[in-house]
Amino acid sequence: MKRLLFALPLLLALIIGGFAIWGLSGGRDPSALPSVLISQPVPQLDLGPVEGVATPGFTTDDLVEMDGIKLLNVFASWCGPCRAEHPNLTRLGAEEGLTLIGVNYKDKPEAAAKWLDELGNPYAAIGSDFSGRAGIDLGISGVPETFIIDAEGVIRHRFAGPVVGDGLRRFMEALDEVRQ
Amino acid sequence: MIPELGQFALSLALIAALVQSVLPMLGAARGNALWMRSGQASALAQFVLIAFAFGALMRSYIVSDFTVVNVVDNSHSLKPMLYKVAGTWGNHEGSLLLWVFILAAFGAAVAFFGRNIPEALKARTLSVQAWISVGFVSFMLFTSNPFTRIVPPPLDGNDLNPLLQDVGLAIHPPLLYVGYVGFSIVFSFAVAALIEGRVDPAWARWVRPWTLAAWTSLSAGLGLGSWWAYYELGWGGWWFWDPVENVAFMPWLLGTALLHSAIVTEKRDTFKSWTILLAILTFSLSLLGTFIVRSGLLTSVHAFAVDPERGVYILGLLFLSIGGSLALFAWRAPAMEGGGLFAPISREAGLLINNLLLATATATVLFGTLYPLFLEAITGDKISVGPPFFNAGFIPIMLPLMVVMGVGPFLSWKRADLAGVLSRLKLALALAVIASLVTWYVTTGGPVLAVIAMGVAVWLLVATSQEWIKRVKLFQPGAVARIRRQPRASHGMTLAHLGVALLAMGATASSAWKEDIVVFASPGTQLEVAGFELTFESIERQQGPNYIAQVATLNVTRDGKFVTKLYPERRDYPVAGSSTTESSIRQTLAGDLYASIAEPAAEGAKGKWTLRVLYEPLVNFLWIGTTLLVFGGSLSLSDRRLRVGAPRKSKAAPVGATPAE
Repeated sequence: MKRLLFALPLLLALIIGGFAIWGLSGGRDPSALPSVLISQPVPQLDLGPVEGVATPGFTTDDLVEMDGIKLLNVFASWCGPCRAEHPNLTRLGAEEGLTLIGVNYKDKPEAAAKWLDELGNPYAAIGSDFSGRAGIDLGISGVPETFIIDAEGVIRHRFAGPVVGDGLRRFMEALDEVRQ
Repeated sequence: MIPELGQFALSLALIAALVQSVLPMLGAARGNALWMRSGQASALAQFVLIAFAFGALMRSYIVSDFTVVNVVDNSHSLKPMLYKVAGTWGNHEGSLLLWVFILAAFGAAVAFFGRNIPEALKARTLSVQAWISVGFVSFMLFTSNPFTRIVPPPLDGNDLNPLLQDVGLAIHPPLLYVGYVGFSIVFSFAVAALIEGRVDPAWARWVRPWTLAAWTSLSAGLGLGSWWAYYELGWGGWWFWDPVENVAFMPWLLGTALLHSAIVTEKRDTFKSWTILLAILTFSLSLLGTFIVRSGLLTSVHAFAVDPERGVYILGLLFLSIGGSLALFAWRAPAMEGGGLFAPISREAGLLINNLLLATATATVLFGTLYPLFLEAITGDKISVGPPFFNAGFIPIMLPLMVVMGVGPFLSWKRADLAGVLSRLKLALALAVIASLVTWYVTTGGPVLAVIAMGVAVWLLVATSQEWIKRVKLFQPGAVARIRRQPRASHGMTLAHLGVALLAMGATASSAWKEDIVVFASPGTQLEVAGFELTFESIERQQGPNYIAQVATLNVTRDGKFVTKLYPERRDYPVAGSSTTESSIRQTLAGDLYASIAEPAAEGAKGKWTLRVLYEPLVNFLWIGTTLLVFGGSLSLSDRRLRVGAPRKSKAAPVGATPAE
């Protein structure tokens, strides 16, 4: 019994070692942040418009009916990085012919309306997610997040964080992949 | 030519280490004094050779020798000299060379200074140390050679990561390494003792100075590291529970436990197998740290060379060293217990509680650090474990530890009078309660735990001071003489404990009552933080030696009166293609007002800057506390009883220092 006690540190070390071996094997990228939604249809959403904004809300069915590749962008007026990525997304939408769909996450309608007035509104539809329910369905970890949705309404890529600088480059790479 | 000589020296060092790993060990087993003594020569030779290799690499950096791949990747001819030198260890290969250099230095130090250590123990210790050397020097030669040449050489280098161009970085890795590689010698002592099958108070006495030296520089290294994160990285915090921080912190926690349990082994001849286990585990955690940083096993902000190939090699080394030593422990340690008995209320018991709490804290941090790996292996889910876990798991262990720390030094060995001690501490208790109440009153809201923590920190501060006052009888005549007469180690303890109290205050206040505002600012923007009004006045372009800076000017007033101007900067390094944040800080003892600016917010928002302003109360207590901790450690290390190098001036040799042959 006493011997077993003295062997305990060794056993624990070996167990940790076993996990480490597993961790090193196979092309595992510890910094990748996958989404369970990749290659899945967009979850069922039914979001009303943001009060005071003329752009309509949307449902998942509306999304599927839209042509081409869509960017589903989760944003909020209280979120600094969203402001930073906004011009890039606007440009992407215009130059690359992508449809921008917004999800206004946990935001005051009047603040969102003011924000859109100030920076411009490139979105074809904006759903208000005041309760954060859609955010949970989409499994976001923060704002902004942008999902690339293909013509069939299937989520192809999830991008966490602002689409600026190096992020813009990575986002473009992901976009090119989806297009192929 | 010089890089080739460096590589040659490294290869010779491997041979010296191979000899050292076998010959002294065999000599100790057979009682061959000559073989045993060969360990000293080979340890010194190994040290000189690795020092030469290290010098050769450093020279390549200093003269910007762009025929060496490592220099090309991590240096640039325009870089200030300090960072050229620091570039030597700012990368995987170079830092590994520093690692083995320090390993060899500790081996050589034992060979050179450890005159009073019995031959057999010394020979075995040096052999074990050489086993580690063999592992890591061969790792370097086979997988990460720093001296590889490049043909044709490029005109200039790729620059060192600008984030790493800071005085903090220039000195923090070497200190950190002296700390956690320094525990290697303690590990070697422990394994040698297990092989020998004997642990006695004398053993603990020889081990303590080495533990203390490693612990002190690890404290300094951790302190500088978090200071660097706070001032240079502009992260607005000083500790993030990042995996790489954790792996450096765990050896510190366990090393602290070891420091205390070795005292019990020395004074009371007990806790033997526990001390040995701690010595093994402390260094094992250091090795685990080396492994995690370099293998890419866990994701971290400290991006180092991520290469699973290297990971497999280090994992093999870890298996041999940690697995081997723990197997040896399981085999030999059960025969070793015994020693003095003690009452439940005694200094031994106090130190036992200290050890249990520190070990639990280490286990908590270890679990939190590795949990994402465990979970991913079992369920495939990817998660990251952040500050909430560590705050919830770690702080409740630290609070009772600090309560016990206040009482511990009052207790006497074997049997103590707790009631008597507590009655002395009425003042400390009263002040602690008052401090908590004042904190409660002054701050609006904030976690209850933080209010308690402030009280506990005051308790520790007052109790430690009281103990010192009582010990030196400060208010009676002749106090100065008594202070001088007392062993420096005991003053060192007082200082270190005071350091912990201040550190706890700084840590608590700066995390619980921090104010943090992020705005988009352009000249004219005004904001208010913690009673200060800030006005963003202007922003200008400035040219640095190898960067271009955007410097903002902020005017700070309080109640309408001018306080100071802050100049946060954003630096772009065109060669390296990256940029850094230079925060501007108004430092006072009460707290830091901290401003940093980030990239202009995209093209659409020209002229707007992301301005972050923080107020961190009492954050400077952290650095003062850490300084006391390091100073306390150094003071103890200079104690005559522990002094390892100096020839003994007093005739009376310490008990147990005679070679036990």
